[in-house]
Amino acid sequence: MKKPDARGYFGEFGGRFVPEVLVGALDELERAIESAFADPAYWDEYHAVLRDFVGRPSPIYRCERYVADVSAVPLLMKREDTNHTGAHKINNTVGQALLARRMGKRRLLAETGAGQHGVATATVGAKFGLPVDVYMGARDVERQALNVHVMRLLGASVHSVTSGTQTLKDATNEAFRVWAERVEDTFYVIGSVVGAHPYPYLVRELQKIVGVEARRQVLDRYRRLPSDVVACVGGGSNAIGIFAGFADDPQVKLWGVEAGGEGGKSAASLGAGTIGVLHGSRSYLLQSADGQVLPTHSIGAGLDYPGVGPEHAFLKESGRAAYVSVTDAQALEAFGAFARSEGIVPALESAHAIAFARKLAAERRAGDLILVNLSGRGDKDLAR
Amino acid sequence: MIGRLAAAFERAKREARVAFVPYVMAGDPDLSTTQALLAELSATGADLIELGVPYSDPLADGPTIASAGARALANGTRLTDVLALVRECSAFCAPLLLFTYFNPVYQFGLERFAREAAGAGAAGAIVPDCALEESPALREALRERELEMPLLVAPSTTRERAARIAAAATGFVYVVSRLGVTGAGQRPDLAPLRAQLVMLRELTDKPLAVGFGLSRAAEIGEIAPLCDGVVVGSALIDAYGDSGGAQAARRVTEFVTPLIAAGRRDSAGRQAN
Repeated sequence: MKKPDARGYFGEFGGRFVPEVLVGALDELERAIESAFADPAYWDEYHAVLRDFVGRPSPIYRCERYVADVSAVPLLMKREDTNHTGAHKINNTVGQALLARRMGKRRLLAETGAGQHGVATATVGAKFGLPVDVYMGARDVERQALNVHVMRLLGASVHSVTSGTQTLKDATNEAFRVWAERVEDTFYVIGSVVGAHPYPYLVRELQKIVGVEARRQVLDRYRRLPSDVVACVGGGSNAIGIFAGFADDPQVKLWGVEAGGEGGKSAASLGAGTIGVLHGSRSYLLQSADGQVLPTHSIGAGLDYPGVGPEHAFLKESGRAAYVSVTDAQALEAFGAFARSEGIVPALESAHAIAFARKLAAERRAGDLILVNLSGRGDKDLAR
Repeated sequence: MIGRLAAAFERAKREARVAFVPYVMAGDPDLSTTQALLAELSATGADLIELGVPYSDPLADGPTIASAGARALANGTRLTDVLALVRECSAFCAPLLLFTYFNPVYQFGLERFAREAAGAGAAGAIVPDCALEESPALREALRERELEMPLLVAPSTTRERAARIAAAATGFVYVVSRLGVTGAGQRPDLAPLRAQLVMLRELTDKPLAVGFGLSRAAEIGEIAPLCDGVVVGSALIDAYGDSGGAQAARRVTEFVTPLIAAGRRDSAGRQAN
């Protein structure tokens, strides 16, 4: 995958639509990324923390029974659910916290939807001794109470956001506003491949390890590349992470699975949205004809977001990746079926990818091989 | 040719005062109240008026303006309604400057927005999330219709960048008084603001209007010698609160009268401080 252009665009998507007060901080971040990424010491520390603290590399696991009734094609799971804090999110927060420390920033700021990114940020904040403020929609504070407790236990301050739809979109607005005030000493840890340039590029580079590891593991074990790689897409960081390992292998089909929701309300920005600007970049967006951002719905709180990373918009337009959607009911069914047949409780977000993979497996032939990013574990979803 | 915004600053300067630029949110609490406020503010001495276009995700705005926008959206106010309001009011009002986020303009179409805003009699537009690098297409569309587009300079903007922003801005340069978003709660930090204004004065001859967090006559009196205009938004919305119609207009007049006086450079103005 290429770097975005000098103005932060992947094709016609991306850019930097932010208030002037943030431009200096984004320029500073861009310079810091360039310097850190060119410094082997930065990557050495990143990989050491991922090995000793996060537990990487995460394994790949071949499913025993989930699709055995419909297909003989091997179905592999990249086990991001086995990471410390239970999801891929920590890969990104480790890298951003190391960057923050390098830049001399004294505090971390994060938005969170389901709370997974908030927990991952609170975790690295505790580890590196940086105070953390997490902004979370009031509705999410209520429906993800367990993660709120965990963040507080880790020493983070969790701020409930009561404006707008009181979910991830509004938490992100508030995080941007707070960052504008504290821009001099605070590092904003964005949780997905969204936001203004250079964030979509930064988060991709920090999640790329998922795809790089998975490609090596699949080749080692099966002596061939997967035919298909499948990941769920909200903002799109776990998908970009695993796609990045296979983007230069044109024979590998990339599938992004969006939240189809229920009853006409979804979070499928690429499937049901139009091109617009939200949170600093041009991408696909669920919006009214007037350009007002619409409320979304998904049973997977981490997918419940009206926008999507600009690089996904680019992959869709270029045809390199295909995007499909899975409804709440289908995801719930896969959640239970996968738990019973494999002994793994997936996150409801990941269950969207798992549901689609079963459909795909039924269509695939001998010799094919399907790889799914099992992006997180489902303990957080059991209370509901 | 001098644009209407620049002309308004010229006039204020000739009259030995800083231009007074109030902000009102279109459709909060309803469009007829907004119309009454525009008339009242024009009569009271506004040199130009920023007219907010409501948006669902106003990143640069604090709770006061964000809530005003949410109320306006809840009662169905659309960009087409705001343009219709401009059409009705522009003949008898101070020049109207649309304050809108980028996405509603982008969906409307940049050229269509410029054409219809010009046709309605607007003087220009401010788009706070359209920073310099993203602004060329919109600036060009507005310029073709002889509309002006002031750009913002923040405390975090470097001198080199400020020079480029000032060169690209039309009408005036909007000087953000402090880090953060709009809102009357947090006071501007006057010492760095003074230094910023002195620097900008060296960089450009264009008018400098200061906004974000201004709500008191004393502050306006202090910065008046260093700038050409002051923008007051959140505090004005707080002043009319939940009142509507004529009552809102009366409250706004009471609120802005001392602020306008504070911007006068003659002895009467100084005494009013």
